Amino acid sequence: MRNVFRSPHYGDDILIQMDVIGFGSLLIVMLIGLFSGLIMGQQMARALRTYGAIGQIGYVVSVALIRELGPVLVALLVAGRNASGIASELGSMKVTEQIDAMRALGTDPIQKLVTPRLIATAVTLPLLTIIADFLGLVGGYIIAHFQFAVPFSQYWVPAYQNLAYADVAEGTVKPFAFAIIIALVGCFYGMRTTGGTEGVGRATTRAVVVSSIWIFVTTYFIGAIFINMR
Amino acid sequence: MSEPEILRFENVSLRFEDTPALDQVSFRMIPGETVIIYGAAGSGKTTLLKTALGLLKPDSGRIYVFGEDVTNFTEPQWFPLRARMGILFQEGGLFDSMTIAENVAYPLLNSVAARASNQRGEVEEKVRQALRFVDLEQTLDKFPSELSGGMRRRVGIARAIVTEPRLVLYDSPTAGLDPITAYTIISLILKERDTLNASALLVTHRFQDGHLMAKFRYNPSSGQIEAASQNGGNAARTRFFVMNQGRLVFEGSLAELAAAKDPYVKKFAK
Repeated sequence: MRNVFRSPHYGDDILIQMDVIGFGSLLIVMLIGLFSGLIMGQQMARALRTYGAIGQIGYVVSVALIRELGPVLVALLVAGRNASGIASELGSMKVTEQIDAMRALGTDPIQKLVTPRLIATAVTLPLLTIIADFLGLVGGYIIAHFQFAVPFSQYWVPAYQNLAYADVAEGTVKPFAFAIIIALVGCFYGMRTTGGTEGVGRATTRAVVVSSIWIFVTTYFIGAIFINMR
Repeated sequence: MSEPEILRFENVSLRFEDTPALDQVSFRMIPGETVIIYGAAGSGKTTLLKTALGLLKPDSGRIYVFGEDVTNFTEPQWFPLRARMGILFQEGGLFDSMTIAENVAYPLLNSVAARASNQRGEVEEKVRQALRFVDLEQTLDKFPSELSGGMRRRVGIARAIVTEPRLVLYDSPTAGLDPITAYTIISLILKERDTLNASALLVTHRFQDGHLMAKFRYNPSSGQIEAASQNGGNAARTRFFVMNQGRLVFEGSLAELAAAKDPYVKKFAK
């Protein structure tokens, strides 16, 4: 982690990685966000209507999405897309001696390869999560309004007013933690790749599996901390 | 020890699990000298190069680079030293996602030393100059996958010399190449040695490579390779090592190599 603050800084590499990880995941994150909101709205509205609480649909969707579903779904998506991408890219470089070449040419591979990916993921994942959360809320509203005739203000006012600062904090801390997990796990397995192309495949699979598991474990513990703080 | 040393190994040993990769290796190189290391596959030649570059750490012994004891150097301590060394990897070691121009410019733009000194000007001219040296200026915008094996090695040479290093390490530069391309590569290494006066440590298993280095020189006025005089010049400062199972089993001149009686050493003498 201390490499983040150590010179030299490869700013151009950070921008390239932000483009690959952030902008490259944008469309799919928007789709996932929108459809998770549509699905939640659909399922929750039926249950809430049974108890005559359809007016709470905005609150339920916003809390579930912002606290938990948005960060976890986006992180899993980015893990599948980018932890694997990072592991396979660095793994291929490792087995073809490009990382040794980098060291031999006087470049620190941690500074050049790991730090830009870590910073880029840490910056873009929270932003992607915010976009997914917003589109999820829009999806929930589409279902609530067009299928269950919930008026605009009845959906959006509780969705906004009942959100506590702790909910927003939880929804921001989680993607930041997940970003560190995704980038470091992807880089770790990539840089440790051995065994040629088969090894690259193994590293890629492990990066996705391990980062996904850590995302679930971490979300539980961060959730537990925030619940105890309330 | 009157002349300054460029590289010295003192009883260096390194094991990979139970196999000795380097076994009590000792030698020294002085500026302007060319050392040819012969040996069968797995004899420890590449390991020796990687240890000299700090890519591998020895289990025991001491290593001195440019007069500095680097045995216990950390990775960041190595970066400024490596900026003064050039390396040609066996397969060229080019970055496949970068163009040829980006590959050659890499040490000028990305090394820790280059970043610290912030001397990033004139990069394009230096890159063109290095590629012109290996006669590949027309490949600037191509990717390594678009080049033949021999061309990739030539780009590797351009990248190794673009920073004008004092010591260049060549890891089997002619391995797997046809005789004509191999001759071209060795001619370029000769040209590099005789125009830039850098020391060279060249690992190979082909007798012809060492023979060319010891008997020929680059004539800058004709631009051709020609037989060297016996009295001086870089060709006369060529020494030969032979490695077997991690040990340095021979050290001497081309004539001494030719006169060697050891059956293993004799295999590399013709």
